[in-house]
Amino acid sequence: MKRFLNKFALLFRRNRFRSDLDEEMTFHRAQMEEELIAGGMAREAAHSAAMRRFGNATRINEQSHEAIGFRLESVMQDLRFALRQLKRSPGFAVTAITILALGMGVNVAIFAFVDVALLQPLPYAAPNRLMSVDESTALFPRSNISRDDYDDWKRMNRSFRTLDVYNGTGYLLRTASGTVPVPAARVSDGFFSTLGVKMELGRGFLPGEDQPGKAKIAILTYGTWLKRFGERRDVVGQSVNLTGDSYTIVGVLPRTFEFAPRRDSEFWVPLLDRSGCEQRRSCHNLFGLGRLREGVTMEAARAEMKSIAVQLEKQYPDSNHGQSASVVPLAEIIVGPVRPVLLTLLAGAGLLLLIACVNVSSLMLVRSESRRREIAVRGALGATPARLAQQFITEGLLLAAAGCAGGLLTGAWLISLLARLIPINMLVRLPFLADVSMNLHVLCFAAGIALLAAFLLGTLPVMRLSFQDIRGGLNEGSRGASGRLWRRLGTNLVVVELAVAVVLLVGAGLLGRSFYTLLHVDDGFDTTHLATVQVMAPKNIYSKDAQAVGLYREIERRLGALPGVESVGITSDLPVQCNCDTDWIRIPGRPFHGEHNEVNEREVDATYFATLKAPLLRGRMFTESDDANHPRVTVINRALAEKYFPGEDPIGKRIGEGDLAPQFMRQVVGEIANVREGAVDDAIWPTEYFSIYHETDTIFSVVVRTAQDEKALLPSIVSTLRGIDPNIGVFDASTMTQQIESLETSMLHRFSMWLVGGFAAMALVLGVVGLYSVVAYSVSRRTREIGVRMALGAQRGAVYAMVMRQAWRLTVVGLGIGLAASVCASLLMRRLLFGVQAWDVPTLAGVILLLGGASMAASFFPARRAASVNPTEALRAE
Amino acid sequence: MARKPELLPGTLDMLILKTLTRAPLHGYGIALSIKRTSDDVLTVEEGSLYPALQRLLLQERVKGEWKMTDTGRRARFYTLTAAGRKQLKLELSQFDQMIAAIGRVLRDPQEA
Repeated sequence: MKRFLNKFALLFRRNRFRSDLDEEMTFHRAQMEEELIAGGMAREAAHSAAMRRFGNATRINEQSHEAIGFRLESVMQDLRFALRQLKRSPGFAVTAITILALGMGVNVAIFAFVDVALLQPLPYAAPNRLMSVDESTALFPRSNISRDDYDDWKRMNRSFRTLDVYNGTGYLLRTASGTVPVPAARVSDGFFSTLGVKMELGRGFLPGEDQPGKAKIAILTYGTWLKRFGERRDVVGQSVNLTGDSYTIVGVLPRTFEFAPRRDSEFWVPLLDRSGCEQRRSCHNLFGLGRLREGVTMEAARAEMKSIAVQLEKQYPDSNHGQSASVVPLAEIIVGPVRPVLLTLLAGAGLLLLIACVNVSSLMLVRSESRRREIAVRGALGATPARLAQQFITEGLLLAAAGCAGGLLTGAWLISLLARLIPINMLVRLPFLADVSMNLHVLCFAAGIALLAAFLLGTLPVMRLSFQDIRGGLNEGSRGASGRLWRRLGTNLVVVELAVAVVLLVGAGLLGRSFYTLLHVDDGFDTTHLATVQVMAPKNIYSKDAQAVGLYREIERRLGALPGVESVGITSDLPVQCNCDTDWIRIPGRPFHGEHNEVNEREVDATYFATLKAPLLRGRMFTESDDANHPRVTVINRALAEKYFPGEDPIGKRIGEGDLAPQFMRQVVGEIANVREGAVDDAIWPTEYFSIYHETDTIFSVVVRTAQDEKALLPSIVSTLRGIDPNIGVFDASTMTQQIESLETSMLHRFSMWLVGGFAAMALVLGVVGLYSVVAYSVSRRTREIGVRMALGAQRGAVYAMVMRQAWRLTVVGLGIGLAASVCASLLMRRLLFGVQAWDVPTLAGVILLLGGASMAASFFPARRAASVNPTEALRAE
Repeated sequence: MARKPELLPGTLDMLILKTLTRAPLHGYGIALSIKRTSDDVLTVEEGSLYPALQRLLLQERVKGEWKMTDTGRRARFYTLTAAGRKQLKLELSQFDQMIAAIGRVLRDPQEA
């Protein structure tokens, strides 16, 4: 340690050190001289003899210095030399640094997203102990939990220190400017303490405050406090009117609080009274959140919850048949869907960086080839191979450092660009994506890849150097072993570039095809010219069926009268959203063992199917008279007919609940084509439709078919709805195509497609440029050989073919390896593909054609130059 | 120039340290002293002497001081430090062991 400090101190006393040593050596020489003179030698002769005997003073000085100092000075020397080298060929420097900066920038940007989404912990106390605790069925690996089951789970389990639930809801907030719908969440009493959240203001919910009949209280998010209450600190204790009920505000959440599954919630209220659904054990509407006890593993908790579920299944065979339990980390619920996308992107970015490094390395190889003489001269003057290698490694490091600096800038720019490209709905689902930035993790990652790149860039030329013999290098015109070696190494590098480019292009092609397929799945209805809007009517005003039906009729009439509107439909759930809100059905007269025949359940009005332009296959649609005064009827989709009435005419058949309770028995009156209810990549599920006049609800969606641009009509649709009753909330005015495109699946696919597409485009350019430079360089090296061949009678066509053959061989090998690798890579990203196989022939063929064509174009020009070599000039040139 | 026997590798430090046990000396003096004491058999090349001296300085086995010589010129005189003495002892004993070992190997069996 002390020695290190001494060495370090020496760095700052370099000049002193040097002059001391110089003086010492001068003294030495002088003494020698005197001794020689004393021995009878003439002064002049003695001087030169002493000089000769002493040897190279500078060299000794350097050696002494090396013996004790760092190698820093030679490093500085190399650095200066490397800088001069780069300045001498600015074209090479700019190209290399740009390529590296792009490759690194892309990696840094993607890693910043990976870091924030997958590496950074959730913003809660000990987040890895937080579990999402839910029910699970054969169809839904993670399904909601019913309130009765939750109460039992909470009472019976020993694995969780606390077990809480939440669900989303919405309220109509009365404000000075009118009624606005606000998203909200209902939670059990311990929800915030389970997360470990401290209130900014006021208090959290106290134990027992979530029980039915307790006081109506609410907690605000920081954003709501800011936006709606002007950050007034006296807000605690005030009351707020939510859908006609008065809630007392007890607390405000901190600014940093976020809960991704219910991110947009403005108000958080306790569960309180049981909703209609919560009065039945078979109705599942909550999500569970548990904090594991110390020492309890996730597996143990899962096993315990499953055994509790089995117990409940025995106890309540009707409602709990097949209801198991699911325990997964909360983080998994939040980031699970984006993980494969981000990892694929990171892999793509890594491949791009590989191409970039290979490309720059081959540029460096070309340069080192043209510096053979310089290297040979330096070797002849006594530079050791290690010293020469140090020089090249310094140059590689310098390039990598410059590339890294450029990469950080590019990365910062790409991060802000990508962050802006993330659609707002995705931010709602994954709020942490808004926090993406250059942090310490990202900088470390950048440093890591810079080191890796420096290693690659430094070692490649060194590997080549060590095979080189100095004499060959000094011989200007020589075509020694190094020429062959260069060709072999440079050639192999191009094959790597081409292969990686194939992988990226195939990946982009497959993702593109997936996305196209996704957007062109058959939705079973005409998605164009459809405007959609959500309506929330105050429960206290529209609680009775008659009032709700009156509202539906008024909406149909008023919107239908708008110019440009062709028809209006009302539904409980918009199509192309999710296979959810399900019902368990039973067909009377069929064998039944308590199984849950899960089907989607939707309530629609008489004109809904006509508005969607969904074709009726059999029977009739609903009419306005299918209301509570008439027998229950249902329209089923084709999938339900095929599954439960195979080979039969379903019209007139009866469907019931599991217990076949007479009041819920309904008759099938129509069969409609499969309207897609689930997301674009979900399977079509059996679906039963009921008349909304029979089963009214105060929250529903309106679809409007327009003659022209549906977007232009949205404002007048919204204002007309508000005009019907200022107390109803109108929100999410959008178009059906927008709805479909903003689905999470569509967005993830689009995001990954564009990014991988971008990577592939860069890879294509780099790969083709790499091939061009290799072929062009090889032609320029072989000018003399070509001249000889032509002087000996080779035809221009033959020379041309010779060059093209070399390019062909490289291309074919590169493409072949790339194809094999890309099929493996595609198999790995199978989860991101939709409706297309990993070995999709059109994609593979397209990539081969594209890359093959581009490669041929890239080798065509050098080949033509080779063929037009003038033999006399080529021979005279050297 | 006739080739002189080269220094055994690794013995230079030891020779320098031993020379300095007699009196503080400058670089030239060290070289001269080694040459004379060895009856001109051992010559220390300047190219090895000065790097070795710097190394010893850094390891704090010798100390350097600028002083005037008898002829009135400035020179750096090297003195042995306690650490240098310890090191010399260590190296000497290792060297003795080594020489003894080599001697045993080279000795002819008849003489034994």
